[in-house]
Amino acid sequence: MNQSDGGDAGAPIGRADGSARPPARDGAVEPVAQDGPSVPEDRKVRQAELAISLVLRVGVGLAVILVVTGLIVVFARLGGQVPTGHRHSYKAYTSLTTPFPRSVSQLLTSIASGEGQGIIELGLVVLLLTPVLRVAVGVLTFLYEEDIRMALITLFVLIVLLGSFVIGGAS
Amino acid sequence: MDLLTFVVLLFVISVAAGILGSLVGLGGGIVIVPVLTIIFGVDIRLAIGASLISVIATSSGAGATYVRERITNLRAGMFLEVATTTGAVTGAYLTTLLPGRFLFVLFGLVLLYSGFAVYRKRHAAPVLTVSKDRIANSLNLHGSYYDDAEHREISYKVTGTPTGLSMMYVAGMVSALLGIGSGALKVPAMDLAMHMPMKVSTATSNFMIGVTAAASAGFYFARGQIDPYIAAPVAAGVLGGAIVGARLLGRLRGRTVRLIFVTVLVVIAAEMLQRGVVG
Repeated sequence: MNQSDGGDAGAPIGRADGSARPPARDGAVEPVAQDGPSVPEDRKVRQAELAISLVLRVGVGLAVILVVTGLIVVFARLGGQVPTGHRHSYKAYTSLTTPFPRSVSQLLTSIASGEGQGIIELGLVVLLLTPVLRVAVGVLTFLYEEDIRMALITLFVLIVLLGSFVIGGAS
Repeated sequence: MDLLTFVVLLFVISVAAGILGSLVGLGGGIVIVPVLTIIFGVDIRLAIGASLISVIATSSGAGATYVRERITNLRAGMFLEVATTTGAVTGAYLTTLLPGRFLFVLFGLVLLYSGFAVYRKRHAAPVLTVSKDRIANSLNLHGSYYDDAEHREISYKVTGTPTGLSMMYVAGMVSALLGIGSGALKVPAMDLAMHMPMKVSTATSNFMIGVTAAASAGFYFARGQIDPYIAAPVAAGVLGGAIVGARLLGRLRGRTVRLIFVTVLVVIAAEMLQRGVVG
């Protein structure tokens, strides 16, 4: 559902964009003199925006597919086990003692045994990694725009982010 | 209540949280945490874990649209992330040292004040046309976007980056310390200190909160605070809501967004004060 939503939104936005900044679109056709470098640069910025938008959309789409699949598996299995859903209070699933994967190895075991909760957690990990991937793509797009200072600034953010994952995972 | 009813109810509430969060640049934790703890009686630690999921879902779900529509100021956002991520790491170290209740009261008061300041600015000139800020000029943090409500391209200059950076550092620290309040401080930093248009401030805050939240995700996952049965309906619902909210923001007037933000800020401040005083 997410993908189709994004596609619908794309049409009016693209139009608004085109009317707002015609030079970016027609840049290649227009004869440009001293402003030469600025026109392709504009297009590079647009490509960078679209790349980052795409990373976010793919990450989110994949996460939703996994999470919803996981939920379906959970209820399919529950349906098979207990005829009356009444006996299965949600409390058993939403307390601190609820068993669910807390490490990468537990997660892999859970997925391997086809548990719905493992598939959900995998979707959540994809969701958590999406902003990290977005920062990494940010480094690449600034390099592509030949903006070394912004690339270094974004690289610093990426390093702090990855460092926090290492510290967080170790603690 | 059986698990299916719980999941369906939480999904519906999360859609609302996603719409609200994506409009005002917050993560929707303001809706998710009280609903889980008060209505469903879930432990606060699991509720905060779900709130973290909600923040990342709002950020990425709405971010895709905001970035493509160029409402997000990508350069300013990525530059300011230097302060929020280092703030988040510092905050994670300080959690054990500082008394939580004192922090809740302190930041409750800070949020009340910034809510007042953001409200007072509602008649101010919307954008700057010149900036003497050396960092903003040198890194070209200025921007422009097409405003769907005003039907015109709006160009704006960014100023006050040193103050903005300091506020972002505090915002990162607070989000790691208290698990909330990240966007609530980011929007005022951009709106008040850096003079960015209101819609750009909420969209850029929305863009940044995902990274701030991801910086503490490792801790939450390892501590077992991300319960899949709670997080699944929250993630799916908030993502759906964020996509709807992202289509709304463009059409709303900056002033409307400002008033919604101030209302939400007052509610969060009350929530924090209540948690600090009552416990």
